[in-house]
Amino acid sequence: MSQDQIAVTGKPAVPVARPASATGAGFGAFVRRHQIVEHIVLLFGVLLMMGPIAVAFTTSTHDPVTIHSEGMQLGFGDNFLPTYEAVIFEQTGFTKQVTGWGMSLNSLILGLGFAIGKIIVSMLAAYAIVYFRFPLGTLCFWVIFSTLLLPLEVRILPSYEVVQGLGLLNSYTGLILPLIASATGTFFFRQFFKSVPNELLEAARIDGAGPFRFFWDILVPLSRTMIAAIFIIMFVVGWNQYLWPILMTTDESFYTVVRGIRQILQVWIGADIPDYNEALGLAIIAMIPPVLIVIIFQRMFIKGLVESEK
Amino acid sequence: MTTLEIKQAVKRYPNGALAVKGVDVTVEEGELVVFVGPSGCGKSTLLRMVAGLESVTEGEIVLDGRLVNEVEPANRNIAMVFQNYALYPHMTVYRNLAYGLKNRGTPKAEIDAKVREAAKLLQIGDFLERKPSQLSGGQRQRVAMGRAIVRDPAIFLFDEPLSNLDAKLRNQMRLEIKRLQRRLGTAAIYVTHDQVEAMTLADRIVVLNNGEIEQIGAPAEVYGAPASTFVASFIGAPPMNLLEAQTGDGAIVIGETRIAAPVHANGPITLGIRPERAHLANGSGGADGPPMQVDTVEELGAVRLIHGSVGGQHFTANQSADEPIPGDQVRLRLLPDDLHLFDHGTGRRL
Repeated sequence: MSQDQIAVTGKPAVPVARPASATGAGFGAFVRRHQIVEHIVLLFGVLLMMGPIAVAFTTSTHDPVTIHSEGMQLGFGDNFLPTYEAVIFEQTGFTKQVTGWGMSLNSLILGLGFAIGKIIVSMLAAYAIVYFRFPLGTLCFWVIFSTLLLPLEVRILPSYEVVQGLGLLNSYTGLILPLIASATGTFFFRQFFKSVPNELLEAARIDGAGPFRFFWDILVPLSRTMIAAIFIIMFVVGWNQYLWPILMTTDESFYTVVRGIRQILQVWIGADIPDYNEALGLAIIAMIPPVLIVIIFQRMFIKGLVESEK
Repeated sequence: MTTLEIKQAVKRYPNGALAVKGVDVTVEEGELVVFVGPSGCGKSTLLRMVAGLESVTEGEIVLDGRLVNEVEPANRNIAMVFQNYALYPHMTVYRNLAYGLKNRGTPKAEIDAKVREAAKLLQIGDFLERKPSQLSGGQRQRVAMGRAIVRDPAIFLFDEPLSNLDAKLRNQMRLEIKRLQRRLGTAAIYVTHDQVEAMTLADRIVVLNNGEIEQIGAPAEVYGAPASTFVASFIGAPPMNLLEAQTGDGAIVIGETRIAAPVHANGPITLGIRPERAHLANGSGGADGPPMQVDTVEELGAVRLIHGSVGGQHFTANQSADEPIPGDQVRLRLLPDDLHLFDHGTGRRL
């Protein structure tokens, strides 16, 4: 999702940068024709990406019976308010302990905890690896890096065992803490720190900045754009977690939005029609925060790139 | 009073490489000493040892009478200007200047006064709220110097501070650095590989080669009486001509020409002659030096460079542009005082 967003909004900057006035009308026409082709390609991409979402949204404004009998709807129905009211505020689930609002909060806590935790841990790890000489430092890095070969799904049972052993099942800590070590983040920050000129460290040393000050006063501000990029990725990953919360929490008050979507489609009595409209509505709501995060941080991200600080 | 004493400093890297091989240098109060040499000669390493950015393997660094071998850079009372300026890119010019003072716990009012004073001195007062990325190369250079000045150090350390600037700006900043250093009266070490910078800036030049000192002296001394063939060929542009020659019976023999030797020598030597001291005589009037075969003439405006060979060895002579362009064959007129004799084996001055 994040990459598509960047591609779509990043594009208009290109025609502006072209020296269109410099080489006469022929070149101008050439550029214009190219712009038209470019825009057609872009519009096609937008249609491809946004079409299903638009249909999901329009369908969610119909009642479940219509959806069940007639399939997906392209036009708006008259059920918008009741659907979204129910999705957000109605107690759902088997135990009726959680609302759509509550699930969104849980997802938010998971996404933020994930993103912030990973950034803090991986920045500190990369700082240690790049700036401190300690025995087996390089080996440590490669061990961390090799954990990329072991995705969560592979190590989910031992992870469960550990969380269970610590008595952290059914808690936010249990949901977030075991996952905040990030090889990807450590790797990105390591590469970034290595590109920071060594003289900056030396100037800071002469200016009397110790290891903590250097990290806080120099490295963290310089990493702004990296932090924003990793925050986007990690927040979306955290928000979209499905398998992990299913295993770590059984209490419905810890339900996340992604689990909630599936929950709605669960029918307790055989003859009931699942609330398709509510499931689609929840899916739409589930999409909003990640999209917002991407849009907000993308501005910072691009601003950081354009400002080009050495 | 002596500001800095480097005594028998040695730098050995963990892999055994010797970067600095036992060097003695002193810097007097208010003096500007230039370390010059080709890349890899150890000049930057030596400077970084003074700054505390490199550890000292052996020997002593004494700053203002205090042994500072084990003292952190921040507590050494030094200030350094880096080649790429090393300004903090996310901080405004003001905060760049203030950062070191802030870390020392200087009161805010005092920081402000010092920063504004330095900014005024360097004429960067209008840029205090800008970020380094919004400044030109010359302005960044000033900010880097400002950061050094506000620390009010015992000694300034410049590590090739002008090599990122274009030629015109470099000449201008060179002059400015010299003026500033004079005005502040603070001792300074200036590292460069550019012999013109060394000649123009220095009170004393330290010529380094291969981790060892070749010569220490005032610019005129180093230029006028180079201690070795290395110094002779490194200082001065175009470099001094070095000819293989024989000596004996108080005379120097180049090819078939004999000229009187200014010092006693016997056997093979290396003869050094500055291009501007090799006078050309068209025809044979009054010239008793060796003949020179001319092959290329370079016009530089005020002077002309005549390239060719003497006794089969490459030779360059300077000529004023007023003089006529020589033919293919000229004779050199050499004065005894302009001849530099070096030992053939060691390259040391005889």
